[in-house]
Amino acid sequence: MAGAASGNDFQWCFSQVKGAIDEDVAEADIISTVEFNNSGELLATGDKGGRVVIFQHEEECKHRLQLRGEYNVYSTFQSHEPEFDYLKSLEIEEKINKIRWLPQQNSAHFLLSTNDKTIKLWKISERDKRAEGYNLKDENGRLRDPFRITSLRVPVLMPMDLMVEASPRRVFANAHTYHINSISVNSDHETYLSADDLRINLWHLEITDRSFNIVDIKPANMEELTEVITAAECHPNQCNVFVYSSSKGTIRLCDMRAAALCDRHTKFFEEPDDPSSRSFFSEIISSISDVKFSHSGRYMMTRDYLSVKMWDLNMENRPVETYQVHEYLRGKLCTLYENDCIFDKFECCWNGSDSAIMTGSYNNFFRMFERNTRKDITLEASRESSKPRATLKPRKVSTGGKRKKDEISVDSLDFNKKILHTAWHPKENVIAVAATNNLYIFQDKVN
Amino acid sequence: MAGADGDDSLYPIAVLIDELRNEDVQLRLNSIKKLSTIALALGVERTRTELLPFLTDTIYDEDEVLLALAEQLGNFTMLVGGPEYVHCLLPPLESLATVEETVVRDKAVESLRKISQEHSPVDLEVHFEPLVKRLASGDWFTSRTSACGLFSVCYPRVSSTVKAEIRQHFRTLCSDDTPMVRRAAASKLGEFAKVLELDYVKSDIISLFTALASDEQDSVRLLAVEACVSIATLLPQEDLETLVMPTLRQAAEDKSWRVRYMVADKFSELQKAVGPEITKNDLVPAFQNLLKDCEAEVRAAAANKVKEFCENLPEDSRETIIMTHILPCVKELVSDTNQHVKSALASVIMGLSTILGKDNTVEHLLPLFLAQLKDECPEVRLNIISNLDCVNEVIGIRQLSQSLLPAIVELAEDAKWRVRLAIIEYMPLLAGQLGVEFFDEKLNTLCMAWLIDHVYAIREAATCNLMKLVEKFGAEWAQNTIVPKVLGMANDPNYLHRMTTLFCINSLSEACGQEITTKQMLPVVLKMSNDQVANVRFNVAKSLQKIGPVLDSNALQSEVKPVLEKLSTDTDMDVKYFAQEALSVLALA
Repeated sequence: MAGAASGNDFQWCFSQVKGAIDEDVAEADIISTVEFNNSGELLATGDKGGRVVIFQHEEECKHRLQLRGEYNVYSTFQSHEPEFDYLKSLEIEEKINKIRWLPQQNSAHFLLSTNDKTIKLWKISERDKRAEGYNLKDENGRLRDPFRITSLRVPVLMPMDLMVEASPRRVFANAHTYHINSISVNSDHETYLSADDLRINLWHLEITDRSFNIVDIKPANMEELTEVITAAECHPNQCNVFVYSSSKGTIRLCDMRAAALCDRHTKFFEEPDDPSSRSFFSEIISSISDVKFSHSGRYMMTRDYLSVKMWDLNMENRPVETYQVHEYLRGKLCTLYENDCIFDKFECCWNGSDSAIMTGSYNNFFRMFERNTRKDITLEASRESSKPRATLKPRKVSTGGKRKKDEISVDSLDFNKKILHTAWHPKENVIAVAATNNLYIFQDKVN
Repeated sequence: MAGADGDDSLYPIAVLIDELRNEDVQLRLNSIKKLSTIALALGVERTRTELLPFLTDTIYDEDEVLLALAEQLGNFTMLVGGPEYVHCLLPPLESLATVEETVVRDKAVESLRKISQEHSPVDLEVHFEPLVKRLASGDWFTSRTSACGLFSVCYPRVSSTVKAEIRQHFRTLCSDDTPMVRRAAASKLGEFAKVLELDYVKSDIISLFTALASDEQDSVRLLAVEACVSIATLLPQEDLETLVMPTLRQAAEDKSWRVRYMVADKFSELQKAVGPEITKNDLVPAFQNLLKDCEAEVRAAAANKVKEFCENLPEDSRETIIMTHILPCVKELVSDTNQHVKSALASVIMGLSTILGKDNTVEHLLPLFLAQLKDECPEVRLNIISNLDCVNEVIGIRQLSQSLLPAIVELAEDAKWRVRLAIIEYMPLLAGQLGVEFFDEKLNTLCMAWLIDHVYAIREAATCNLMKLVEKFGAEWAQNTIVPKVLGMANDPNYLHRMTTLFCINSLSEACGQEITTKQMLPVVLKMSNDQVANVRFNVAKSLQKIGPVLDSNALQSEVKPVLEKLSTDTDMDVKYFAQEALSVLALA
């Protein structure tokens, strides 16, 4: 199934893997978010240790024309530290929940990173000059006699090795009582929203001491709580529109033009319940773990536990497309409930032209679906196939009965190896897949 | 400027230059703030050839340093050799105009605007205008946004060919891809229109204005409303209807509440800009709609403008318009569901009484005031009370006093101390308007009760309030009504209340005069010097220092001095300190 999820005839091949090979994985090293910037030149990851690592795309070497060049570490910094809320007696983890790049505004790059409570704006900038020459000390750093200063020296800037600095520019704190699950930069380039379990706030990127609460679903009595906000995103080009998904499997679209408070939605997307397939787990598996607008802004996709649904913004009563991610797990929900995997929050992403999508699964498998041809493919991020330019072989899972050659049985899937976070280069067929503490980068190989 | 051997006169400057790169931001900042000293020492030539190139590349620094730098450079003309060389300042300001931090960029633009005036017309075309063009066509939107603020300063002083180019650049930025740039252009549209020839205003600006006012981003559209004010002032009355009004009407009914909010917020300016006729025909219905808007934020903004709008209505039809069109909407707002709307209205509604006169006020406005005085939200009541003076002039406050009293008492006892604080601040005003008799009868007890409030800020405000009351009602009133009560608290078992006595004396002594201070207050203060609480004792020392100037020298020498001397040997450190301080300030030592 060559060229699945692309429209062109090509195969995915291995490009790079980042992170330690050790079997023993430190909790802090587990990657918790992956995000390309708007040009695809930079790729950021955040981990449970509160660190952000940024990779930069480096131009291909002349003698390796087929390859697009590699992503190398550009900057690493500690974005969040563990904290303790003394008033509530709560530990606040340093884990980076989300990273979002800002549209580039000058030669520096900016990104927002958030843990459960605090959002930070970081500036990543380059410096290649250094000032030299002091009045009070000589070249070797020895102090000069104040009485022997006979002339003034103005420092001169000299070239030096490129230095990349990450500096915290703003801290947006104290606005979320619950855990932040999403941040999303608005197309007006001056505001962004942040969502926690019950509320959505709107911030101005330059103002840290106040934010506007635009959605609040907290009931007066917490015992009446029936649903929580699971994800939220701004529309890619209509600055007044945003959506948020809920644990009940529904999506609400709000128009900020209508009112200052968006408690009343403009559109409500919900697929009619199929009574025949109802079970104890129905509600849990219908909870939406991610929502993403297409680049065009016409569609949005939502990920629930077993499937990805594609919604046309103009049609609220059912999705236009539905893709099964790992339907073979439907029979294993009991096990997945017992080991808590059923609460895993898988994310999903679009390719640059909105023609294909990608999302993760278990056993280090990830899935791609091509929307026009309805072709799908399962690939694996593994050390075994991590030879340079090795083509990725499609994987198949057998569901009961006889297992064919090259197939893997449902029962032997490793539920501890899950791919929750993936990212697709905004312009090219380059994908980044986070598998526990490793980041795999794959790209297309034209036949 | 080199010093001779063995001379350390260059040393301080050398330190300043080195500290431009100190690791401590504060030291760098200090150094940047003394940039003129450095430049002066270096002389104009070295400033141009060495200092400015260095500064041009320091844009990596902290915002506050960059901000200070941007500001300094605006005043640097003489230090680089006068207007002839002012263009040397352009490179550093150009790089500052592209940083991401808005405050820094704005300051750089401000300085650029300033030094643009110091350019000769030739230099303006040779040096300044190319910089504006470079910024306007820069890759990053930070530079393009900065360019927007520079067009209007060079336009009037350049040749007509360059003028045409500038207009073209502005046009391009108005349709820039990034909303940031379109917003910057929209916010400078009015300013740019002012320097343009009227023909170009009509041909160029109007089309840009119309386009920005129907931008897809509401953050851009709302800025066009501001531009509307300036543009409308520039155009002759007969052109307004065709060129401006369609856009303004559209903005007042925009789908986005933020745009409508902006219209409401700028309503008075718009009203003045479009003149009386259009106001009567167009703005009155538009204003009614804004007062009835479905979004509370918009209603609140419109409610804030009620008084100004009514004041500025053309005189011949003012009363009719208010009575038939505005007042019905106002009546509805009094019982609005949103408290911000009600409190916005309450802050201006009293102003209507001067416009409508006595009869209308009694008949139509008074019921509204009374309703707002009973509002559940304290802010609404406060806003009414704080504006009582307007009504007082028209109908006298007596009409209101029956409802006023319960409202005041309730606020005075509100559970939130900030509310109590707010009402205290209106007490002197109320006392003046209600008169001594009413005050003694109804409000005096309240004022005294605040002195023993459990929040310090309230006790403090209460003492200050007493002083203002004494200033209003006179020393005799003070002697009879409040001084005995204040002095009585000196024997209170709670030391905080005893201290309140001292604080009251501090603020009352001057208003009460020498006699009351010497005869009644001083003995109490002196007696308190034996208090067992050290805080009380050192406040005695402070009080004595404070009331000293009111006393005569006899009392100072015979009564104050011995007590202060005793306190200056107190066992408590603070008591000693303040006693000694008082002795030296009063020159008794």
